[in-house]
Amino acid sequence: MKHRTFFWFMLPSGIAMLLFIALPIVSVFVQSLFVENEKVLVEVVTSGPFGTTTQVVVDEAATAVLNAANPLGQFNGFGTYANRNHLAFAEVAEFWRSSDSLGAFARQVYGLPFYKALTFTLAYTFIVTPLIIALGFLIAVAVNALPRLLKGPVIFTSLLPMIITPLVGSLILFWMIDSRGVIGKTLQFIFEDPDLSLKASPMLTWITLMVYGVWSSAPFAFVVFYAGLQTVPQDTLESAMIDGATRWQRIRFVVLPYLMPLVTFIALIQLMDNFRVFEPIVGFNAEANATSLSWIIYNDLRGSEVALFGSAAATSMLTILGVAILLTPVLIRTWRDFSAKGH
Amino acid sequence: MADNIATRRSMPLRLFLWGVVLLWLMLAAFPFLWTLWGSFKVQGDFFSREDWTNALTGVRTLAETGGYFTGGGYAGAWVQEEFWRAGLNTMIVTLSVVAISLTFGTLGGYALSRSSFKYTFWILMAALIFRAMPHITLVSGYLLPFFELNIWGILPTTIIVLVAINQPFTLWMLRSFFMNIPKDLDESAMVDGCTRFQAFRRVIIPVMWPGVITTGLFSFLLAYNDFAVTATLLSQDNQTMIPKIASFLGTTQQEGNVMFAVSAVVSATAPLFILVLFFQRQIVSGLTAGAVKG
Repeated sequence: MKHRTFFWFMLPSGIAMLLFIALPIVSVFVQSLFVENEKVLVEVVTSGPFGTTTQVVVDEAATAVLNAANPLGQFNGFGTYANRNHLAFAEVAEFWRSSDSLGAFARQVYGLPFYKALTFTLAYTFIVTPLIIALGFLIAVAVNALPRLLKGPVIFTSLLPMIITPLVGSLILFWMIDSRGVIGKTLQFIFEDPDLSLKASPMLTWITLMVYGVWSSAPFAFVVFYAGLQTVPQDTLESAMIDGATRWQRIRFVVLPYLMPLVTFIALIQLMDNFRVFEPIVGFNAEANATSLSWIIYNDLRGSEVALFGSAAATSMLTILGVAILLTPVLIRTWRDFSAKGH
Repeated sequence: MADNIATRRSMPLRLFLWGVVLLWLMLAAFPFLWTLWGSFKVQGDFFSREDWTNALTGVRTLAETGGYFTGGGYAGAWVQEEFWRAGLNTMIVTLSVVAISLTFGTLGGYALSRSSFKYTFWILMAALIFRAMPHITLVSGYLLPFFELNIWGILPTTIIVLVAINQPFTLWMLRSFFMNIPKDLDESAMVDGCTRFQAFRRVIIPVMWPGVITTGLFSFLLAYNDFAVTATLLSQDNQTMIPKIASFLGTTQQEGNVMFAVSAVVSATAPLFILVLFFQRQIVSGLTAGAVKG
């Protein structure tokens, strides 16, 4: 295909991605260097029957003029990145000096909002992803053993948790685990503790969110593995059988190696998707005990009266950096494959 | 073929596998059935303080409304809270996103599948990185410019943003479908006197329908399911269904409001149910499209 033709075919798609993905990243970076304008304060002197009082109030009109003049706010350089709500260099250094054990240091750092969200995001990503793969594989093997007639309905039902909107899916579970909902009540009954609530402690909230994560994404791993199982080379299996391999040996030495590329594929997709965990936290109303990077960005933009663009932008840049680190091994491998093909 | 002695499964293994399937089916289906059932009850039954079996028997529902089932939640959500408006907006947004995504995506995906220049690789890599980025990180980049240009809060802006966010995935998926169509097909059409675009239009698109439909389904799901973008880029009166449901749950929890949300959730789930029912095969092939080719 000629360069010219390629260009015209690629144009609409390219413009859309350039305008609404590439440029916004630049815009996010620029915004992260600024902080909101300070409010213009004026002293108002009121004289009443009990003497005069001086009050400091926000001059709304002057603030609006200032905001109109500098919509981005004041230039702050990398100050936002270093402040308490983000990387918190000063606080971390202070904790390092003052705390006497590594545990105490970690606890103090965990108290900082950014590190708290980062901990949950990473824990969620690296605990949920392997569980999804394991559960998906187990279901795929089990469904593969079913009679043909049953497979259709089973696949249909399995797809539901994944296809459903994350916010809606988490709400459905949230209502069930409510201490007045069906699962919440049943758990109270099993543990004979009428005050048991899955929302009470950070530990239980984390477990709930992770169970939701596995529930909603296991179908994806299941479907991919199931499709893979259909294409396992039968003659290799048969020759293994003739050589006297047991069922377990056949799975271990024939099926698993064959499915290995699929494991990589699922792991890659799930790492990307789990790193952006966001809707379940809103759905489960879990922000008191678990926050994620995506959630703090959302909260900066929508949580308070005034949107904190600078703060949200700095967190966004740090998140993008995190994604880049997560993707580096994949990109390097793809680059090697591409170079090896002799382009 | 599977009936010889060597492949026959032992009894405990069979029981175990059946157990896994049954357990999974329950986990996957029960929440939906329960919520569907509960949406026809009053809050006192669905969130029962005394006994969870009230949700099954509907004691309070009978006492409060005079019947075992009530459409109160639906009436409240659809009429009183004007959920129909959100439904209409969702329809406009999803249909537009699917149509534009597919138009842009088939052109781009076709070009990417037929070109072997080095920049093809870089475009694909950039698309992979864009695919990996959380959508919410881009949102803060949209807000200020959109406020300045005064295009915030309206449907067209959201549609084009969703199309753009969707593009990387669409490109990858359609490219892998186009790769399966032999190059000889369009080349012979061009030998017969077609231009590149005519060959694409008349020869390739007709054989591409399965791929286009599958990719369209995933564009639909993305637009329909999105919360991060629609919640931040649409104003209160232009909301689509998902942010609207979230706003039902606002801080002021009035009696009955929760049931509005339950009914709205069931209403928003129903179209997805039907979609899976009819397009199960396409969804499965779409999910595995990337995987099988490695």
